[in-house]
Amino acid sequence: MSDPVSAMNGAKFSGLAQVEDSGLQGMITLRGDLASDTLKAAVKAATGADVPASGHVSLSAEGGVAWMSPDELLLLVPYEVVDAKVVDLAEALKGEHALAVNVSDARGVFRLSGDGAREVLAKICPVDMSAEAFKPGQFRRTRMAQVAAAFWLDDDGAFHIVCFRSVAAYVFNLLSVSAHPQSKVGVY
Amino acid sequence: MLILECPYCGVKAEETELAAGGEAHLKRFGPGSSDEEFHDYLFMRENPKGVHFERWRHANGCGKWFHAARCTMTLEVFGTYSAQTTEPPKEIQDKISEKRPNWTWRDVK
Repeated sequence: MSDPVSAMNGAKFSGLAQVEDSGLQGMITLRGDLASDTLKAAVKAATGADVPASGHVSLSAEGGVAWMSPDELLLLVPYEVVDAKVVDLAEALKGEHALAVNVSDARGVFRLSGDGAREVLAKICPVDMSAEAFKPGQFRRTRMAQVAAAFWLDDDGAFHIVCFRSVAAYVFNLLSVSAHPQSKVGVY
Repeated sequence: MLILECPYCGVKAEETELAAGGEAHLKRFGPGSSDEEFHDYLFMRENPKGVHFERWRHANGCGKWFHAARCTMTLEVFGTYSAQTTEPPKEIQDKISEKRPNWTWRDVK
């Protein structure tokens, strides 16, 4: 079998902020009743993190959970174990009205870090990116110029961006243009 | 610019993050209805200057449909509410009455 390759295969850009392909990331879309105790336990077992509050992400040492909608979560797990995790989830959620699917290869993931990161995102997303409004641990699904994307902010001040793999090149170029060294606005 | 708060994820979404879904609270007339009822269901839409109820979808967000009550003339938003309703909820109607006494919309007063 051929080796798995992430969407932009390790591409990097450095300007107002650093844009880099995050490499292979295991991702599972889980739909179901987020209030169910069975589902909460299954999520905890799979990722080591609790089901987050609306609009937030909860991270653990080996993974995390992002709140996508009132009935959908995005589970982050190491790429190597994603298939095994999906099997475990299906087993743990037997009898529940729930569905877990491996979407790792259907997504592109980027890391955006540096002082200009907030500004780079503010230029392309209709989101208030000020430090008071968007805090570490928050997760937001939104529009990034012409495509759908989602991102969260970790405790180190780096943004992690998830988009569809089919538009990963577009998103990478978009972030690079937005982070052009001579395009500083200086609002944040 | 129109900013609506999605009642499902609580995000204050700007218009470009949403997809418009036309008039709210339409009742479907399908097989078994009269020609006139079916015609009205298909073609007759409100086009008010003032209070209006619409369906919106948080397309670039949580993906849920919801309802919004707003003024088409001033773009003032009176409120957003769940899609699982067949008529505007009482508190939304009260809010509108506060600001626009004597408003009407179809047979809602």
